Amino acid sequence: MNEVKSEVLVKERQLVIPGETLATGLDFLPSSGSFRIDNEIKAKILGLTRMKDRFVGVIPLAGVYIPKRGDGVIGFVEDMQTTMWIVDINSPYDAKLVLGEAVGEYVDLNKTDISVYFDIGDVIYAKVLNVSKSKQVSLTMNDYRTRKLIGGRILKITPSKVPRVIGKEGSMIELIKNKTKCQIIVGQNGIIWIKGEKEGLASKSILTIEKESHITGLTDKMSKLLEKEGG
Amino acid sequence: MLKASENYVRKLIEEDSRLDGRKFEEFRKIEVKTDVIESAEGSARIILGDSNVLVGVKLSVGEPFPDVPDEGVLIVNTELVPIASPTFEPGPPKEDAIEISRVVDRGIRESKCIDLEKLCIEPGKEVWIINIDIHVLDHDGNLIDAGALGAIAALLKTKIPKYENKKIIYEEKTGKLPVKDIPIAVTIAKIGDKLLIDPNLEEEHNLDARITITTNKNGEICSIQKGGSGYFTMEEVLKAADLSILKGKKLGKLIK
Amino acid sequence: MKVGKPEELIVKGKRLDGRKFEEFRPIIVEVGTLKRAQGSAIFRFGNTYALSAVYGPRTAHPRHIQDPQKAVLRCRYSMAPFSTKERVRPGTSRRAVEISKVLNSALSNVIFFDDYPKTVIDVFVEILQADASTRCAGLNAASLALTDAGIPMKNLISSCSVGKIDGNTVLDLDGLEDNYGDVDMAVAMIGNEDKIVLLQMDGIITKEDLLKMLEVAKIGCIEIFERQKQALKERYKTGEIDVEG
Repeated sequence: MNEVKSEVLVKERQLVIPGETLATGLDFLPSSGSFRIDNEIKAKILGLTRMKDRFVGVIPLAGVYIPKRGDGVIGFVEDMQTTMWIVDINSPYDAKLVLGEAVGEYVDLNKTDISVYFDIGDVIYAKVLNVSKSKQVSLTMNDYRTRKLIGGRILKITPSKVPRVIGKEGSMIELIKNKTKCQIIVGQNGIIWIKGEKEGLASKSILTIEKESHITGLTDKMSKLLEKEGG
Repeated sequence: MLKASENYVRKLIEEDSRLDGRKFEEFRKIEVKTDVIESAEGSARIILGDSNVLVGVKLSVGEPFPDVPDEGVLIVNTELVPIASPTFEPGPPKEDAIEISRVVDRGIRESKCIDLEKLCIEPGKEVWIINIDIHVLDHDGNLIDAGALGAIAALLKTKIPKYENKKIIYEEKTGKLPVKDIPIAVTIAKIGDKLLIDPNLEEEHNLDARITITTNKNGEICSIQKGGSGYFTMEEVLKAADLSILKGKKLGKLIK
Repeated sequence: MKVGKPEELIVKGKRLDGRKFEEFRPIIVEVGTLKRAQGSAIFRFGNTYALSAVYGPRTAHPRHIQDPQKAVLRCRYSMAPFSTKERVRPGTSRRAVEISKVLNSALSNVIFFDDYPKTVIDVFVEILQADASTRCAGLNAASLALTDAGIPMKNLISSCSVGKIDGNTVLDLDGLEDNYGDVDMAVAMIGNEDKIVLLQMDGIITKEDLLKMLEVAKIGCIEIFERQKQALKERYKTGEIDVEG
């Protein structure tokens, strides 16, 4: 019986395309962005390889936002029913925010219209409470960071670039916040809220990161850009 | 289709048998009847298992296409009439009907079974237009083969009406349509890794891929159309070709 | 008889445009051309110019087309009015409907539909300039656009056309050859695997001809596959690659 040798065929952070073989043999396991077929692990999306222990996966360079429990997201209130809001979270799946997860106090529905809390068009920073198997997404505002976002401006980027914008341990986003004197909230769903002094510069910086996320030396480049235009 | 039926059909095929007991290379019972509609210049009714298709051929006179001014015009249309299946809706032909029309058209056209140049009345101005209309009355799968068989059976019996003083006199016929070949379409379905001829409705709903190969009376292939969202290996395509050539000859004898 | 038929399609062992029998026209591939679409790509065989854009996965509208367990694929092939010598009437045609269907069937082989239940993936193919082999160019572009959009796939789909002229098997038919030649066949395969996902042939051939044409097409598809991979890597090329700071 011929046993296929277990071997990784790619380097860490290598650009791979769907169908490309990442590893052979049965010692390795597929993770996000990869799949197993017979004795091989192959990429299922265009992205950069990421290996951890025996897991070989691919980080996407593009793609829509698929909600995950625990994610902090910025959403837009689209619709309301008696006891809940429907929220657009920049995903093929809409999310629901029920009254109990949004408001701490008792609400007498006979006397109150829930639009007093959140109305259509409002922008909120919420947390994904749960995603069911059939992709029903529920949100909660019962977190110390969640709130309605007033004023400022909204930016939309490819969700998979969010980690790059945040940077290692938040270093990149902190740099931008400091240099532009802005509050910035980055939703995992690719929606970013900026409010402060140099909102334009903050937006420009973030869009630059999005465009060049796959290039090295980006942190230095951003520092220089912000120094020059921030001061 | 219910999930249950899907697995049942597949299981049977894996064990080398079909729902209706046929062998993999066996067609269902075929009944061919021609000259069934008097108002048409040619007609045929094909009953393939429980599928029932009526094909009518009508002739008219009109302008040729500008790039082939001395050739007659061939138009094939398929109507999936609502009476034939709960899934057929009234309205203009959708993609399934269009596919049937185009595959049948190509079989007839590419085999050159009708010498279109013989249908020229006045080059650049007037030619005979042949309208082949496939009317599906009952749908139990494989409408392409039934439609194609009906089309050639009807064409073989089609008579050209008299054309005098720019008027067509349908009651008087001047002769038969010049048909010099018999293109036969054979559709093979792939379920799992097995190939089966003439899928019935259940098999059609459960197939991975299908391929329709049209052959002429010399056993040459004049049209291939792969359908369904699966794939074929090269070997499977060649096997399907062998089968089509073999069965094409047999079916051709049915309508001579 | 067709008007405008050239005297010969093969002169002194070469095709009218100077190509060898198994030679492609100049191929141009570009990924990520459009800004609004999720993913996009251009694929050109000589004068045939196909542009594909992908939107999705997105919420399926109307509701009834939704599949609770997987994504639904919608393909639309369309020719721009100025793409051919004689203007094409805008809107759809039976040919376009048929081609949309076969493109859908081909692409369905490789997309991981289960990953996005209840959504729809829209693939648009616009032929901006037509000089035969449009469905092949369109499919090559669509496959790249899907990848560019981040849609999970088992592999790419690669497609090319083959024909027979004066008994010779030729690769990548241009307009004249498609129109006046004896046989034309469009083939698409999954990457470099022996899996045919699109196959349409018109003409009169023997089974031996079919075998020869499939073999030439297979080699052609592999070459296309290499070009597609190259274009994808080009899109993100810049020395080293680093995603997380």
